[in-house]
Amino acid sequence: MATIEQKETIVESIDQIRAAALKEIDTATTVDAVQEINTRYLGRKGVMTQALRAVSQLPADDRPAAGRKANEVKQAIAAACQAALERIERDGADQSTGIDVSLPGRKSAPGSRHPITLITNRICDIFTRMGFEVVEGPEVESDYYNFEALNIPKDHPARDMQDTFYVSDDIVLRTHTSPTQPRVMEKRQPPVRIIAPGKVYRCDSDITHTPMFHQVEGLLVDENVSFGDLKGTLTSFVHQMFDTQTRVRFRPSFFPFTEPSAEVDILCVICRGKGCRVCSQTGWLEILGSGMVHPAVLENVGYDTARYTGFAFGMGVERIAMLKYGIDDIRRYYENDIRFLRQF
Amino acid sequence: MKISLSWLQDYVPVKTDVERLAHLLTMAGLEVEAIEERFAYLDQVLVARIQEISPHPNADKLKLCTVDTGQGSCRVVCGAPNAAEGMLSPLATVGCELPNGTVVQIGTIRGQASEGMLCSAAELALGADASGLMALEGDLPPGTPLNQALKLTDAVLEIGLTPNRPDCLSVIGIAREVAALDSASIRRPEIRLPEPHGRIEQMTSVTIESPDHCPRYAARVVENISVGPSPFWLQDRLRSVGLRPINNIVDVTNFVMMETGQPLHAFDFDRLAENRIVVRTAGAGERFTTLDGKERLLEADMLMICDGQKPVAVGGVMGGLNSEIDPGTTRVLIESAYFNPISIRKTAKRLGINSDASHRFERGVDPQGTRYALDRAAQMMVDIGNGQLVEGCIDVTYNLPQAPTLDLSVSATNRLLGTAVERDEIARLLREIEFETAIKSDDLLTVATPSFRVDVSRPEDLMEEVARRMGYDNIPVTFPTLPAAIQPPPKLLTQRQRMRDLLAGMGFTETINYSFVHADSCRRLRLPEADPRCRQLAILNPLSEDQAVMRTSLIPGMLETMRRNLSYQSRNLKLYETGKIFISEGNDRQPVEKEMLAALWSGDRIDQQWHTKPVPCDFFDIKGAVEGVLEGLHVAPVRFTRLEPEQCTYLRYGVAAKIMAAGNEVGLVGQVHPKVCCVYELKQDAFIFELDLARLLPHIPETIQFTALPKYPPTARDTTLILDEAIEAAEMLSLVDQMDESLVEEVRLFDVFQGAPITAGRKSVSLRIVYRSGEKTLEDEEVNRLHKRITDRLVDHFKAGLPT
Repeated sequence: MATIEQKETIVESIDQIRAAALKEIDTATTVDAVQEINTRYLGRKGVMTQALRAVSQLPADDRPAAGRKANEVKQAIAAACQAALERIERDGADQSTGIDVSLPGRKSAPGSRHPITLITNRICDIFTRMGFEVVEGPEVESDYYNFEALNIPKDHPARDMQDTFYVSDDIVLRTHTSPTQPRVMEKRQPPVRIIAPGKVYRCDSDITHTPMFHQVEGLLVDENVSFGDLKGTLTSFVHQMFDTQTRVRFRPSFFPFTEPSAEVDILCVICRGKGCRVCSQTGWLEILGSGMVHPAVLENVGYDTARYTGFAFGMGVERIAMLKYGIDDIRRYYENDIRFLRQF
Repeated sequence: MKISLSWLQDYVPVKTDVERLAHLLTMAGLEVEAIEERFAYLDQVLVARIQEISPHPNADKLKLCTVDTGQGSCRVVCGAPNAAEGMLSPLATVGCELPNGTVVQIGTIRGQASEGMLCSAAELALGADASGLMALEGDLPPGTPLNQALKLTDAVLEIGLTPNRPDCLSVIGIAREVAALDSASIRRPEIRLPEPHGRIEQMTSVTIESPDHCPRYAARVVENISVGPSPFWLQDRLRSVGLRPINNIVDVTNFVMMETGQPLHAFDFDRLAENRIVVRTAGAGERFTTLDGKERLLEADMLMICDGQKPVAVGGVMGGLNSEIDPGTTRVLIESAYFNPISIRKTAKRLGINSDASHRFERGVDPQGTRYALDRAAQMMVDIGNGQLVEGCIDVTYNLPQAPTLDLSVSATNRLLGTAVERDEIARLLREIEFETAIKSDDLLTVATPSFRVDVSRPEDLMEEVARRMGYDNIPVTFPTLPAAIQPPPKLLTQRQRMRDLLAGMGFTETINYSFVHADSCRRLRLPEADPRCRQLAILNPLSEDQAVMRTSLIPGMLETMRRNLSYQSRNLKLYETGKIFISEGNDRQPVEKEMLAALWSGDRIDQQWHTKPVPCDFFDIKGAVEGVLEGLHVAPVRFTRLEPEQCTYLRYGVAAKIMAAGNEVGLVGQVHPKVCCVYELKQDAFIFELDLARLLPHIPETIQFTALPKYPPTARDTTLILDEAIEAAEMLSLVDQMDESLVEEVRLFDVFQGAPITAGRKSVSLRIVYRSGEKTLEDEEVNRLHKRITDRLVDHFKAGLPT
């Protein structure tokens, strides 16, 4: 039979275990250390497990109190371990099992798309949402589609507006994406709503021109299409392409295949209209050519001009990309320096 | 077209400041591209007082002047006879550029330093007097910039005119637009000349032999003139718009052209053989020396102005040296004509001349403006050149173009513009720019076009005028109705986009190369002559040899881009491009345009990093990339077959394959031939693939069909075979495939090994075959039996051994 003394000894030793365990836990700095302490005291062969076994040897009267005491200590140690683990995690104090997370990962580096592709896609997306259909046309064109069908006869001064690459008298590298207008209209009746991105070519190369560049053409022909509709559509485009605060102005201009014709300017996105190098001190940037489709163009494709009207527009992708990304030199686009391309 | 505000104000009062005027003109379709202050150069010319004059030790005619510049004094060497102590005179400071192009510098004149230049009126282009220093009157404080001191200011507007507005290629034309902004009208210079008939008819004649080219030719003669410099005001007007004064006669013709838009020409009457004018086309091969001293080879149907014997001018383009006004000229024949715009344009183009005259004639001058300009010039020559007008005027016309009278529908105008403008308002807007209007009905206006508006021929042209005059900003914004059905984009566009996304995801960078390449590109790619890609389309007027033909392959551009990047020390490259190639069908036809995708991989597959050494990329990297793209597009089945030696032109034999989709060739993959790398100066291996999108597209499924997931577990068995090294993996896989065992789900080749202990010439290949049934869990016994049958077949067919 165990004696009162025994009981007191056990209780005393439990208290000592508690004090020792809590001290160890308090000074532990690693997860591993805490777990080791936890196992040493509370594990299957742990100190507390043995102490509990000793309690079970006490006389029946003493057992409940001693047992309660032992369980309290067991819980206290478990709680202290838990708290220590949280402390270590919180303080980031666990140095032993961690890795150097600042080492570079084994990444599979992403590639990139050309800025011209990105902007072309963006333009097409905006117009697709407005119900336009994307089409493409040939890059080597007949004189007829590039000029004649667009009301630009041979020996007309308007031909000076574009420096043309010739393959022969009748075959040219298209100077604009506008030939897609008659090409599409010849094949179908109104309503026509198309957007035509693509490469165009002009015999011009200097700091602001590359001999190949990209345009996006748009055409809408239907009954009751007005100049007001042109303004609405293109204003909405500018607001989606830049932002809704961007001021837009329409100004009379001349294109042989539209009448009336309008140049679309936006308030300079660099200087906000104060005048800077990018906008040649004018405060405005030309970004689109547009107008109501010239009746001669509609007649050339056999449309009834009494019934149908339409508007057309064209824009240079390089210019818009320069404004969007702050690119300062158009020649960058075609040097294909990956240090440039990988920024997009 | 340049126009100075001071000249403009001779015809119309300008009530706003110049910035506002520029804005209004721009918004009326006359785009002001720049505004320059004409006297800006006087910012650096200061009012200076000569404080002290001492003789120059080394030159009798030079003096040393100490001048007060307001901020101190400086020493200037000066040779002017009128220099005097206490005199106020302009001092051009160091760095100032004078109108004649001289830049003032710190200099040493005969051993004496000079820190500026005291100027005459002529040197500053402020007057004709070149005899001495310009004396400044009044009490001007030294140091004041001269433009401020003399209140000199004149803005020059640079207007970018569109080709449809030749009527604005003149000061009066611009004045007309400016006047309309204020609903005002312009003041035209008055001309008082005697009767049109008189002595001239006995002195000379004009014969038009080519009326198609020259519908109108008018002439006057002025005699007893004295050729000399123009008065200062006339020179100043010309300089203000960037023209160089020459002599009073030529200056008058240029002045009137700038004023009215009608180009004129002055002939020395006494140098015209038989004193008469014949307008005819040139004979082919004739030679003629123009005013600029260049000999021109003429072609038939170029319009020439001739005298009784020979050409004296290229009509409407440039005068001839043989009838030029010179200091001895006393009699002048003034030409004012209307030439056919197309004829002038063709001639100017072919001769490579773009003169102020041809620029105007080819765009169209006012067919009714001929006489006004002629009379104005004649009067000025009388006034300025002290000449006497020969009475009478010659004016020959044939079928002059008539300005149209058009019916304009008010409702159609409003429908096209999206406006609600009243009929009378439309009439007012048009009248203010000199269109005459009459009411025909409630909805119709009859509009007579002024003769100078050669661009107007249809009602839509009038609608544009209405819109322009209203201001585009005042047209309400509306939106077209959305269509009920929207067409999906073409398959090529969506799939090409998908390819870009896939390649970008795999780490490839998109490039865009020029569509034109060097004509030598085919040879550089070692293509045989019979290869369709040797059918290059040549450009007649390329910018350089490197851009002479349209590309027939994306590879040359890709290799050029690789070389450029290597030169920038970018060694590890994963590039791609989608774009067209062009196969010629002859220069008089459009080529076949084919959409291609090409990619290139060069350098290291993996950069050196803390966890690995650098690994150079190889054939299987680029092959994996194209497999990834095709898998991403759901193209199946895809096979790669070895490229035969004769097909390996720019690819290296043995490391190149055809890409087959469902048995059809859709592209190539392989290592770029070392010889090709050498031609392109590439110092490292490159691996490429290219896909022909037109061929690939049919193999990309329109829709994706879901396959039910298996219900029962798979069982795998491995087999290692030792066989001849020449046997390709694909042969082994296809043999298993041919056995058509329904329980075989997948055959995966997971190891290939050559070298000891394997006998030379043989290799060990390990396959894992996965078995699965759709109906039950397979028993080991059954799988073992099947696996043995397959293994036996492989051993038997390839004479393979099993590892010991």
